[in-house]
Amino acid sequence: MKHRLCLALLASTVIAGAASAEDVTLTIESWRNDDLSIWQDTIIPAFEAANPGIRINFAPTAPAEYNAVLNSKLDAGSAGDLITCRPFDASLELYNKGQLADLTDLAAMANFSDVAKSAWQTDDGSATFCVPMASVIHGFMYNKTAFEELGLEPPKTVDEFYAVLDKIKEDGSYIPMAMGTADQWEAATMGYQNIGPTYWKGEEGRKALIEGTQKLTDEGWVEPLRQLARWQEYLGDGFEAQTYPDSQNLFTLGRAAIYPTGSWEIGVFGPQIEGAFEMGAFPPPVAAEGDTCYISDHTDIAMGMNAKTAHPEEVRTFLDWVGSAEFATLYANALPGFFAMNSTPVEMENPVAQEFVSWRESCEPTIRSTYQILSRGTPNLENETWNAGANVITGAETPEDAAARLQEGLASWYEPQQ
Amino acid sequence: MAQRQPFRWHIAVFLAPAVLVYTAIMIVPLIGTLNLSLFNLEDGNRIFVGLGNFATLFGDPRWSEAFWNALGNNAWFFLVHMLVQNPIGVALAALLSSPRLRGAAFYRTAIFIPTILSFVIVGFVWKLILSPIWGIAPGMLDAVGLKSLFAPWLGKEEYALTTLALISVWQFVGIPMMLIYAALLSIPDEVIEAAEMDGVTGWSQFWKIKLPLILPSIGIISILTFVGNFNAFDLIYVSQGALAGPNFSTDILGTFLYRTFFGFQLQLGDPHMGATIATAMFGIILVGVCLYLFAIQTRLRRYQF
Repeated sequence: MKHRLCLALLASTVIAGAASAEDVTLTIESWRNDDLSIWQDTIIPAFEAANPGIRINFAPTAPAEYNAVLNSKLDAGSAGDLITCRPFDASLELYNKGQLADLTDLAAMANFSDVAKSAWQTDDGSATFCVPMASVIHGFMYNKTAFEELGLEPPKTVDEFYAVLDKIKEDGSYIPMAMGTADQWEAATMGYQNIGPTYWKGEEGRKALIEGTQKLTDEGWVEPLRQLARWQEYLGDGFEAQTYPDSQNLFTLGRAAIYPTGSWEIGVFGPQIEGAFEMGAFPPPVAAEGDTCYISDHTDIAMGMNAKTAHPEEVRTFLDWVGSAEFATLYANALPGFFAMNSTPVEMENPVAQEFVSWRESCEPTIRSTYQILSRGTPNLENETWNAGANVITGAETPEDAAARLQEGLASWYEPQQ
Repeated sequence: MAQRQPFRWHIAVFLAPAVLVYTAIMIVPLIGTLNLSLFNLEDGNRIFVGLGNFATLFGDPRWSEAFWNALGNNAWFFLVHMLVQNPIGVALAALLSSPRLRGAAFYRTAIFIPTILSFVIVGFVWKLILSPIWGIAPGMLDAVGLKSLFAPWLGKEEYALTTLALISVWQFVGIPMMLIYAALLSIPDEVIEAAEMDGVTGWSQFWKIKLPLILPSIGIISILTFVGNFNAFDLIYVSQGALAGPNFSTDILGTFLYRTFFGFQLQLGDPHMGATIATAMFGIILVGVCLYLFAIQTRLRRYQF
């Protein structure tokens, strides 16, 4: 019996192998192992139906191991045809080593804005080597049910923001804001990079910092730290030892009313909250009513071509499809909170995701200030910002001291800032 | 005329496997690390910089501040172990070796069990216990009316390192206990009987007879603790992450080395500076062990019966 089963299996593999022998199979390297089922059930069938003769194999590795695994596979020549690209330096290094192909002339590139492509370009922007797939937007999530209970409206200005927090604190049934400093990155990524663009005027400030015309000790860069320092009194008891999962749980269990975060939580939180309360979102508050608002629309994931692939034509076909509006719609709906960067607007079903993406129309987008170029040296600005963000919240450092320290660290290796 | 001794080939043959394996997996990588610390990258090329990396590590204010901070934290980590772990280990061993104690085997096992747990589990479990939000520590303190004593210990700069050192003590106190227990058991009954004949009993018997006899064991334990603590990394990494928060107050040489060598988050790894730190760590441990061997070990007398 067992023997026959084996034979049958063997025969079926041989037959299946023979049937697809003429097809070209492309392998995708990725760190998104969470998305395996989405790729297999939704995205790949859609592509294969439209492009007979090309088969896609999605082969992800664990996120933390991806960079190491990918680098050794590329060096050994055993990497897949399609490479999922991390933003900025990690991918740029692969391009400079000749492991990622230049895709500047790919037709689909016309569907993306310069900001969308910036994470996968050479510093001068002359060559693009990955097709942007998705970005995440920062903002504040809030417990709509709690807001209704306390008669609160999502705040628009900074003053309103603190007024809302004061009211929640006064009422006492909710922790006003879920955030901890134990993991440090929350303070920087979800705090500083969330509210910061409003003060440093998004792209204008970010580029000025890279060019060296602004310093981290300038008002626009210190003010967000001052704002973070004010947050302390609205955080829960023992926030110094509160980790990122703790913050997530405080919010999804309905114990905290506001959660400074990013859109990537939508897909995770939806099933966890499951009707216990309604979740809403508001963008980072502006200084005065009517001011331009800025959001961090951070480029996060893209796809490029292994320069040594045996099937460059097929890979380009697939990448052109990745850059299409069809892919954008499929992807954005399968993974709410990971927004397509395509210039064609995408229809999304998730209301919170719709809310987040609607800010693109009214606000100026930018990306996280520390990601491009500024975190190449030692000390690394991104890691230093984590530390500074956590320090100003716990009160270990004043915002001015922290800013001065960040500036000094950056200037120590980055010439335009010297 | 004395006959010339033939070369004893068998010694070389029997030693060869061990020497080869040890050389291949210990000495060569060690020399590789030392070698790596003498180079640096400049415009993508590896160039020889001599002791330049060490000059950076100790001369550049940012590097040296991080280094001395890590070394200071490491020293404190070690001190807590010496002051807490070893006395408790000796006390437990003394209690266990008391003939009147019942259930000694049970206590011995219970105290030794944490030692076999993985660092990852210990770090995670204690993080949960001490969590101000879900942990049982605040509740238990509340139950005895001491809630006011609770603080988010792992999140406060002034407590975090001591808390972690005590967690490490909790985990490893079984090892000095077992070693000292064995040393106490090996004291011949004649010695104890002779002491009793002279009227030396109870505490004075412990201080005057048993303690001097177990001093060599305590010496060995101290040096093992020293080496272990200055190589420590996992507990801090698991519970505080590679940035050793809050504000680097729990940063020890191991986490500093990790961050530098392998990189962290957007920071790309720097194998050359990493190797420099690894070499510095190697030097510190070497000096510590040598000091111990020459200054202390040679003075400890072994008692022969």
